[in-house]
Amino acid sequence: MSLSDYFNLLVSDYTLRTITLGTAVLGAVCGMLGSFAVLRKQSLLGDAISHAALPGIALAFIITGVKDPNLLLIGALVSGLIGTFWIKGIVKRTRLKNDTALGLILSLFFGFGMLLLTFIQKMPNANQAGLDKYLFGQAATLVESDVWVMALVTGLSLLVLLLFWKELKLLLFDPDYTKTLGFNTRFLDILITIFIVLAIVLGLQTVGVVLMSAMLLAPAAAARQWTNNLSTMIIIASIFGAFSGVFGTAISASQDNLSTGPVIVLVAATFVLFSFIFSPGRGILFRQIRFHRNRKELNLKKTLTFMYRIVKDHDNISHPHAIRILNNFHGFTRKTLEQLEKQQLIRVEGNEWAMTEKGFEEAARMYHQIGNNHD
Amino acid sequence: MTEKPYAIQIDDLTVAYDYKPVLWDIDLKVPEGVLMAIVGPNGAGKSTLIKSILGIIKPIAGSVTIFGKPYKKQVDKVAYVPQKGSVDWDFPTTALDVVMMGTYGSLGWIKRPGQKEKKASLEALEKVGMLEFKNRQISQLSGGQQQRIFLARALVQNASIYLMDEPFQGVDATTEKAIINILKELRKAGKTLIVVHHDLQTVPEYFNWVTFLNVKGIASGPVRDIFNDDNLTKTYGINYKVAVNK
Ligand SMILES: Nc1ncnc2c1ncn2[C@@H]1O[C@H](COP(=O)(O)OP(=O)(O)O)[C@@H](O)[C@H]1O
Ligand SMILES: [Mg+2]
Repeated sequence: MSLSDYFNLLVSDYTLRTITLGTAVLGAVCGMLGSFAVLRKQSLLGDAISHAALPGIALAFIITGVKDPNLLLIGALVSGLIGTFWIKGIVKRTRLKNDTALGLILSLFFGFGMLLLTFIQKMPNANQAGLDKYLFGQAATLVESDVWVMALVTGLSLLVLLLFWKELKLLLFDPDYTKTLGFNTRFLDILITIFIVLAIVLGLQTVGVVLMSAMLLAPAAAARQWTNNLSTMIIIASIFGAFSGVFGTAISASQDNLSTGPVIVLVAATFVLFSFIFSPGRGILFRQIRFHRNRKELNLKKTLTFMYRIVKDHDNISHPHAIRILNNFHGFTRKTLEQLEKQQLIRVEGNEWAMTEKGFEEAARMYHQIGNNHD
Repeated sequence: MTEKPYAIQIDDLTVAYDYKPVLWDIDLKVPEGVLMAIVGPNGAGKSTLIKSILGIIKPIAGSVTIFGKPYKKQVDKVAYVPQKGSVDWDFPTTALDVVMMGTYGSLGWIKRPGQKEKKASLEALEKVGMLEFKNRQISQLSGGQQQRIFLARALVQNASIYLMDEPFQGVDATTEKAIINILKELRKAGKTLIVVHHDLQTVPEYFNWVTFLNVKGIASGPVRDIFNDDNLTKTYGINYKVAVNK
């Protein structure tokens, strides 16, 4: 199947449409809530939460004996929340640092989860197969009701976001100050955390435990590169997330055997890479270009002020001088001369240059701005 | 006879991070209307004291009252200027937006700032000489400008007590003069100001009240009575005769 086949199928094929819609909504809600994780510098938290969800999935299966995705996700939600609040408890009550607590809970819960999965595999229950798909997700199992649940959570978090926009922004920027204004920062913190946990749990079926935090962080990290406005950032992150979902699904559907979750994450990662290089404000490329342009500009100015020092003691500012006398000047090249002539700051004739009136004014202005400390 | 309550009264305050006591049995009374410096060496607990007054840090023991009541009941009377380094200035927002945050407390939950709040914020920006930078991305401001934005944010709160943690840190001489003039003006308007301050030379010129702190409270009172070599030596542990004698 080619990509265009895929988009044709999208119109006619109900299953494909459901999966695409699901991954798009998931991407959008991840981008939205991931922005909070990124701006609070809590990138690791998502990783810990998703890994902490694994034993919940396994335990839910062991206890109920059925492989109903909704039941398993409730298990994931519970153990994800327990993991999260344990992390916060550890940080608050012990001398352990935040990242230590995160790493501890992550490996503890994940290890326990893997242990349970091995145990389940040895159980005689025929239903067992396929629980390990929660490691890397399996978008093909998405059904319409899953999409509805995702849409509901997205709607709810959007509502909360709009309602508490001012408080959340304040908390992100300056939590101590938020407290001094009388806002209950604990409540806000729990609110954000619960929604992040919800988004992660929703994504487990599609993207899986291992890559889920990338799904949460990548769209937001990419979006941050394009804007200096918080609401714009969240909108762009949602769009990036949704596109990652759609493109990821499209690519994996058109190439047999590529599992959807990892492809979605790869697409999201491509957004990040592209943004870090090409975004106009913060991207590496434009920063380099600006750097070189500024350096060139500076060299021009340096040469012009040097010329000014030669010219200023002559009665006639446009008196020609030999190009040769510039040769030992640091920062001077033939190219600078061409540039200066193009800007009509000097005239070049044969082996001589002469300053124009415009050039003299410009140079005098610069010369006095910098001060004559070059002598 | 009913006595007027102190702007801030601290009794037997002890604070610790982990097991290490950072503030030990502090008693402090700050009368209304003073412009007070808190001085002490690095790690003396100056920031911690301010945060304890504001209820950001929970003490192990002791009490703090603002005009005779606990902080929770007086949030609208106190404005805080945190140390500049306490936030990430790469946060995606503008100068005006940060100043507007000063109005959030009086707005309360959910309600958004409107024209009135915006006008007050612009006035505060003007007062600190930052009006022309109102739409500037905060990461593009210099250290001194960021400090002035924080000051403007506190001004907009229109509080009775201002707690400031090293507002002169990293600002140039002109900005320092501008800020101290604003503080003196606030004092004239009857406000109480408490400022963590590092430059001992300028204490007598800027402040009329001073508190010496080094884990324990060393002394507190009018600058002309207690700002002397004896207290400085007790606080800093070295002889300060040369440094402050004029
Ligand atoms: N969050 C914290 N966790 C642990 N120790 C802290 C924390 N904040 C401050 N401290 C310690 O408390 C002491 C006092 O700090 P602080 O109040 O910032 O002093 P000052 O503002 O006077 O320099 C220092 O020794 C510092 O290392
Ligand atoms: Mg401090």
